[in-house]
Amino acid sequence: MTFSGRISCGKEEHVKELKIGARIDNLDQVIAFVDENLEAADCSMKAQMQIDVAVEEIFVNIAQYAYTPKEGEAVIQLDTETVPGAAIITFIDSGIPFNPLAVEEPDVTLSAKDRKVGGLGIFMVRRSMDDVQYEYADNKNILTIKKNI
Amino acid sequence: MLKIEQKANGSELVFALEGRLDTTTAPQLENELKKSLSGVESLIFEFEALEYISSAGLRVLLSSQKQMNKQGEMVIRNVRPEIMEIFDVTGFSDILTIE
Repeated sequence: MTFSGRISCGKEEHVKELKIGARIDNLDQVIAFVDENLEAADCSMKAQMQIDVAVEEIFVNIAQYAYTPKEGEAVIQLDTETVPGAAIITFIDSGIPFNPLAVEEPDVTLSAKDRKVGGLGIFMVRRSMDDVQYEYADNKNILTIKKNI
Repeated sequence: MLKIEQKANGSELVFALEGRLDTTTAPQLENELKKSLSGVESLIFEFEALEYISSAGLRVLLSSQKQMNKQGEMVIRNVRPEIMEIFDVTGFSDILTIE
């Protein structure tokens, strides 16, 4: 059987990839992988921090929910070449299907008293990235963020 | 890595943070706050050396703001521009007192 999907075909040469256990104690390694590659691409400090925040939110979400109560892997692909001046980061997991873009946004205009403590993560990702896309294909959650750097 | 330095002066308590306030370090701050907030009327966060904050860190700030609304006031000092940007995006700049 031939299949032309990008997952089965693997990644292109210039795409950096990290396969890692989806566990919170791997967060530092994930951020280090992302920072190392963003620095190599001359990413601005501001964009790098926004990307770090987005990556943390997404990875932690996968670590906490995708495979519970079991454990699984997350694949993180980083591409700073396909689109000049932009970083494209893709998160792939084989956990339960979950579209974070379908989650209702929190009301960020409420006072401290009325603000809920949770629900901010994906909101921050959507606000700070230039593009966020989700698809479920081949039994995998594929979330792609794009940020101009 | 997060370094927390506490300085108490009567009912005033200063928390100086250095490093990263993220998913792995936020529980550390939460625990220290839990132990220290009793009787505090003025809580001051010194953010000059804080380089990074994620939603896990924002959650801790929001719960301490809620707590301090009941017993006094909370102020955040010397916020770096990158972190201010995150406060703005999330509406936290309207909730928190930032000096």
